[in-house]
Amino acid sequence: MITFSKDKLDQVAEIISHYPEGKQKSALLPVLHIAQNEFGGWLDVPVMDYVASLLKLEPIEVYEVASFYSMYNLKPVGKHVFEVCQTGPCMLNGSDDIIDYIKQKLNIGVGETTTDGLFTLKTVECLGACGYAPMMQLGKTYREHLTKEKVDAIVEECTQISLTP
Amino acid sequence: MQRMSKKLLLKNANVPGIRQYDVYRREGGYVGVEKALKMQPEAIVEEVKKSGLRGRGGAGFPTGMKWSFLAKPEGVPRYLVCNADESEPGTFKDRYLMEFIPHLLIEGMIIASYALGSNNSYIYIRGEYDWVADILQEAIAEAKQNGWLGKNIQGSGFDCEMYVQRGAGAYICGEETALLESLEGKRGNPRIKPPFPAIKGLWGCPTVVNNVETIAAVVPIINEGGEAYAQIGVGKSTGTKLISACGNINKPGVYEIDMTISVEEFIYSDEYCGGIPNGKRLKACIPGGSSVPILPANLLLTTAKGEKRMMNYESLSDGGFASGSMMGSGGFIVLDEDQCIVRHTYTLARFYRHESCGQCSPCREGTGWMEKILLNIEKGKGKISDIDLLWDIQRKIEGNTICPLGDAAAWPVAAAIRHFRDEFEWHVNNPDKCLTENYGLRHYADAIHVPA
Amino acid sequence: MSEEIKTIKVTIDNITIDVAPGTTILNAARQIGGDVTPPAMCYYSKLEGSGGKCRTCLVEVAAGSTADPRPMPKLVASCRTGVMDGMIVKNITSEKVTDARNGVVEFLLLNHPLDCPICDQAGECHLQDLGYDHGKEGTRYQFARRTFKKEDLGPYIQLHMTRCILCYRCTYVADQITNKRVHGVLDRGDHAAISTYISKAIDNDFSGNMIDVCPVGALTDKTFRFKNRVWFTKPVDAHRDCQTPGCCGKATLWLRGDEVFRVTARKDEWGEVQSFDGKPGWICNTCRFETKKTSEWTIEGLTTISRHSVIGANKYKTLEMPKETVKEVMNGVEPRLLMDIHSISGVNDPSVHLSEIDRPAKKDDFKK
Repeated sequence: MITFSKDKLDQVAEIISHYPEGKQKSALLPVLHIAQNEFGGWLDVPVMDYVASLLKLEPIEVYEVASFYSMYNLKPVGKHVFEVCQTGPCMLNGSDDIIDYIKQKLNIGVGETTTDGLFTLKTVECLGACGYAPMMQLGKTYREHLTKEKVDAIVEECTQISLTP
Repeated sequence: MQRMSKKLLLKNANVPGIRQYDVYRREGGYVGVEKALKMQPEAIVEEVKKSGLRGRGGAGFPTGMKWSFLAKPEGVPRYLVCNADESEPGTFKDRYLMEFIPHLLIEGMIIASYALGSNNSYIYIRGEYDWVADILQEAIAEAKQNGWLGKNIQGSGFDCEMYVQRGAGAYICGEETALLESLEGKRGNPRIKPPFPAIKGLWGCPTVVNNVETIAAVVPIINEGGEAYAQIGVGKSTGTKLISACGNINKPGVYEIDMTISVEEFIYSDEYCGGIPNGKRLKACIPGGSSVPILPANLLLTTAKGEKRMMNYESLSDGGFASGSMMGSGGFIVLDEDQCIVRHTYTLARFYRHESCGQCSPCREGTGWMEKILLNIEKGKGKISDIDLLWDIQRKIEGNTICPLGDAAAWPVAAAIRHFRDEFEWHVNNPDKCLTENYGLRHYADAIHVPA
Repeated sequence: MSEEIKTIKVTIDNITIDVAPGTTILNAARQIGGDVTPPAMCYYSKLEGSGGKCRTCLVEVAAGSTADPRPMPKLVASCRTGVMDGMIVKNITSEKVTDARNGVVEFLLLNHPLDCPICDQAGECHLQDLGYDHGKEGTRYQFARRTFKKEDLGPYIQLHMTRCILCYRCTYVADQITNKRVHGVLDRGDHAAISTYISKAIDNDFSGNMIDVCPVGALTDKTFRFKNRVWFTKPVDAHRDCQTPGCCGKATLWLRGDEVFRVTARKDEWGEVQSFDGKPGWICNTCRFETKKTSEWTIEGLTTISRHSVIGANKYKTLEMPKETVKEVMNGVEPRLLMDIHSISGVNDPSVHLSEIDRPAKKDDFKK
């Protein structure tokens, strides 16, 4: 049975309180973010159905929204997701090389996950960090001014985190 | 001697701890709210009108006028929504403001909420700026603790709550009606206008949507007065503008300019971009975010009339689309002599295809078509007729879509072909060479003959 | 005190008409009728919120109103733009409109499979009509056409996503006419698709109306699939005493001999379901899918069909001649003819109405 912890349920209730009575659908995007974080980094159908029931929506309303926005993963992803920007300004500063380097280092293609389930590589479009290019999103924050050495360090850092119980 | 530009928004950006309430307040923060709450709401709208402030999100629509369009039916709530869905390639100024001086935005939001009569105001921030949303939330909590938000603010009788809402990855939500749809928990499909948000916006109520920088600029306007603000800058380009500079420059970052400096000074002076790395020469520039027309070096630095091009709304658009560009969102992208215009245009076309919501047919089908043709040309598989085809496709998208994303996707392709057609032709005619070499600078920086 | 304005004047392609305030340009044009009416692929007057998306109904507003006669800077979607008193609209008289509409049709057909020979919608497909009017021979698209994963929507409705133009009409039907929506538009941009996401059967009393509103062959009747071509069938109006609440019980039966091949709602000249007593004549799934014997219906007579429709072929009665206004709106300029057949042949004399002859015409019919 999929359910949020008491803590998360309180958070959902707090979010719903931001909107007028009956407009709880507005909470859909924030609640999907929470759900994705809570349930393994992606939105499986039962998870979306649970969100629908929480917000008194039809499941299709949740599927429509979840499939529209690029931050929601509708398929399983690795523990650490490298989302490397490839749009114009990042390209001018060598994002193509960074993407190639990560592919080679992790031995995966774009959109793939390493066999140990640790890393997923995604290419994304402009993340609004053009002055700090090349860059990627890693979880909650950005990693900017990427170089091959920095990529090495980030991979090492993520591996270490995964080793710590 | 270098003349320092007047700073209104970023003047305290380097004060240690300015992100915190205490420091912000100590440096004169929230004085604007104190002043505003003693004014009539209509008087604030008047000040903003007098200031000549133009929307800083990209369209440049006069803010005071937008505010005065807001419908005020009896018994219906009104909303202020801050557009912090910054996603136009080349643009990262709002993030800087929110990340380093969050209270400036909160202060502007309170003043604007009071002026517009919004008791619940929202900041819709792009989902990827996750940590910035946290910073804003902390700032809101601090402001509330200190009596700047909540019930009966500073004894004025005005109630205001403020909420941060994160998007989830969709450039289209920067379009104000798509943003409202998203804030209502729906897909970010732009609405068909009319009705405009000023009449029917969030949950069907009258709503004003303003960009982060626009709302922040309300603070100095109230502090110094609309007329004083209007005296900064030139013509209809009043006040200061944040420019986020990126691409091939020595000092990428966010700069506040007062719109009286030249483009050349902006690129080459040490106060701003600091020139181009490795002594390379300037080939091209997109001065206002990826949707505005790209210009070759020669048309960027001087207008077709042979005048020095300045960093303001009028001068950047001098010559129209034939030989000018736009101020747009202030996303300033510089390309050096070794950059390939075809590849760059392709990445932008890919961006717009990826971000099209898919609602209306010209954008849904046209953006993908342009991307595929551009990739072919880039890979040396294009035909000369493809260049004309691209031109025809962008022409049939422009102006025919529900929202401005269609235009935004069409303009970069149009401008690239308009000014760099020979580079596209070179790609077609040199299918092997174009995979290993670049077309280079060629004549793009040569002085243009101006007929007397 | 000024008198209350009851109607306002709008001029569309040089034809002036009085309409009620709040009327859209498209509906004003429909009141004029004929070829000055813009085509509409996504707008559906009986579905709230529809329209604005396909961009086929774009028109030029040459003057906004008497009070503000400035032209509108861009072409506007006529289905979602209200008329103003004194507004001047150009549709077929505007080169800009023709150019833009040709572009829209090209975009709509870009990824379309053009599988008309095996598509059940052929003959009554609005995209086909639009293609004939505005399409070009051949395509400029040199890439593989988009495909989608097949999805089964249950026993009644066949989904062919490749043919879909994303008009959203079926989602409005599900929202406004059925008790629950289980399908929607998923994903975005050029991948956007009609789907239930979980391959769920769409099962409720009124889901079949999604087929009737679909302008193309994306949603077709599974019980009619590959059974016949519509132009071989004979449409008749019929009714029955249907007990399903909300069902009007009035339908069109598509017959061959006495066999009912298909049941649909009755359509008006714009291809929308007809209204009865001011209410849209939706029919229930029982009438549509489960009532396929002529004995279960009271047949009223042949359905009126536009003479331009292929469905009218071989049916010699109840054909309606669509209004032709080219000469009127083009300042008296006649349509350009390659040759005037009547100058050399007595056959097809325009004074002889073919639809009044209850059989194939013979040469004697044209003898004066």
